[in-house]
Amino acid sequence: MQFKYDLEGGNFSRAGHASSEVKKILKQLNVDARIIKRIVVALYEGEVNVVAHAHKGVVMVDIDEKRIYIRIEDEGPGIPDINLAMQEGFSTASASVREMGFGAGMGLPNIKKNTDQLNIESEVGKGTVLEMTTMISS
Amino acid sequence: MAQEQFYHALKVDESLCYGCTHCMFVCPTDAIRIRSGKASIRKDWCVDCGECMKACPVNAFYIEQDDFDKIFNYKYRVALVPVVMIGQFPSNISESEIFSVMRELGFTHVFQTEHTVDVINEAMINELNKHEERPLISAFCPAVVRLIQVRFPSLVNQIIHVKPPIDASAIFFRKMLQDKGIPDDDIGIFYVTPCAAKIASVKSPVGDDKSPVNGVINMDFLYNKVYQGIKNRGGKTSRSPGDNLPNLGPKSIGWSLTNGEAPYMKGRCLAIDEIHNVIDFLEKIENEEITDVDFLELRACDESCAGGVLVVGNRFLAVERLRKRAQLFKDIHGTPEDLIPYRDYLMGKLPLKPIEPRSILKLDEDMTLALRKMQQVRSLMCYLPGIDCGACGSPSCQSLAKDIVQREAQLSSCVFIQRMMEKHKKLHADHAIRIIEKTWGKDRLDKDCTKLGAKNEGM
Ligand SMILES: Nc1ncnc2c1ncn2[C@@H]1O[C@H](COP(=O)(O)OP(=O)(O)O)[C@@H](O)[C@H]1O
Ligand SMILES: [Mg+2]
Repeated sequence: MQFKYDLEGGNFSRAGHASSEVKKILKQLNVDARIIKRIVVALYEGEVNVVAHAHKGVVMVDIDEKRIYIRIEDEGPGIPDINLAMQEGFSTASASVREMGFGAGMGLPNIKKNTDQLNIESEVGKGTVLEMTTMISS
Repeated sequence: MAQEQFYHALKVDESLCYGCTHCMFVCPTDAIRIRSGKASIRKDWCVDCGECMKACPVNAFYIEQDDFDKIFNYKYRVALVPVVMIGQFPSNISESEIFSVMRELGFTHVFQTEHTVDVINEAMINELNKHEERPLISAFCPAVVRLIQVRFPSLVNQIIHVKPPIDASAIFFRKMLQDKGIPDDDIGIFYVTPCAAKIASVKSPVGDDKSPVNGVINMDFLYNKVYQGIKNRGGKTSRSPGDNLPNLGPKSIGWSLTNGEAPYMKGRCLAIDEIHNVIDFLEKIENEEITDVDFLELRACDESCAGGVLVVGNRFLAVERLRKRAQLFKDIHGTPEDLIPYRDYLMGKLPLKPIEPRSILKLDEDMTLALRKMQQVRSLMCYLPGIDCGACGSPSCQSLAKDIVQREAQLSSCVFIQRMMEKHKKLHADHAIRIIEKTWGKDRLDKDCTKLGAKNEGM
């Protein structure tokens, strides 16, 4: 089963929409609350990153009995050094973004922690693709 | 076993309900459907918030209460009165006047629900210190506790497991009377309730085996009796005998109002009232969009208990009166004298048992089946018009789709689908009318000039 959500760069008030919707779906599917929490946290951070660092993006979600696969694709500056970006506390967020309470540099590490499988591909000047897969049934 | 069935106090008087959609649309848990022209409440979905009762144009909802004469089954008849009851009366009527009329009505003791607030507060702060998880949520409002159980099951462990004033005070006063040599069976404690949820919490307690309260009396009912009693006295100051109640301080007076608990908790504390606001906020908490809050005071009613569905007077005026009152008694602090010797006893009785999640959102227990059902819902949504008119008897197209998948409705319940079926000659016009009558009642579409707003209304 597939779902798609659009993301808009700079629109912080909408960040959280996709994760909220995915949460509603997973609750209806009777997925374990702890697993839902991990998925929602990871997706939320992914959404915030597009909003904070890129121009626009799309979230594609695919759910089957075993796993949830989420792909976040954006058009934006890309990440020059992914290993560096993955480090806790590393952030290039602007002062104004920080003022809004984002940009602690914990987003990507949190995504890593809360997904079973994470894959990041990025091209500087073009954009970033995040693929996260998490098992939903044991 | 008793936990399986959710008792709820809100009932529909079928002789008054004429089958409209007001209640169905306002229900925050989508618990109402219209069947055979009457509102029907899904027992385990309802959280007794009272929104339906507030929205009903013909007063068809009522709240089941105990027969007043039930108090006379007990030798010692205790009325447990919450502060908002006092807030109903004009300020020229004194508290002792109100309470002495209540004694005339048959109560042997009148006690105040918020008497034990100080001890509860201490127990809540202990819990806050003991648990890492944030935010913790007050168990004060029973409608909120049930809302979390059914709609936010992942948050049940964040509810502070400390009993609210109604239970705490019933426990304390019972013990105090027992210590005076009164046998337990002779003590009947009756709570004067401002809302439906408190009744439900007495009849089927969450996180407790048995309620310490014996019965419940609706506040509107008692208000009328007391007000009449005061008027009949014709301003005479003769007071029937009884203990004079200690005056409550500002903390106790304010506890059941909005921002009653939050100022007395530790860390970053927020107070949120009105059920839709509460739902919005809980969504954010659940998504972990808000993580740096320590304590949440959540109340289902606007203006908290002053806005309870059984509260007679205007909620803003009641709050104003009580705030003035709190100002008047601003020097009263701490635990009431008679409670001090019982502090440890009460502390030991305050913990609640674990509160179980009871999700109403899952389409099926089995994830594979749930997935299949969700696919069916999404396919059905391709055909349903998305108007959310409620003419099918379900609150939205989405809920109709779920009802169909759960075999509780049919696609042809939708009036727009019916039109399409008629157009394609798949449905006879007579059959379509029969379907509508199944939802809205027989002869519902016949001319009727006595209905609400029609030219012979009420004749
Ligand atoms: N979608 C993205 N597009 C461009 N840069 C990104 C994106 N996501 C993350 N980054 C870069 O990686 C850094 C670290 O990301 P993260 O750990 O989420 O911290 P934060 O967002 O708080 O800065 C960001 O500061 C940014 O430089
Ligand atoms: Mg980030």
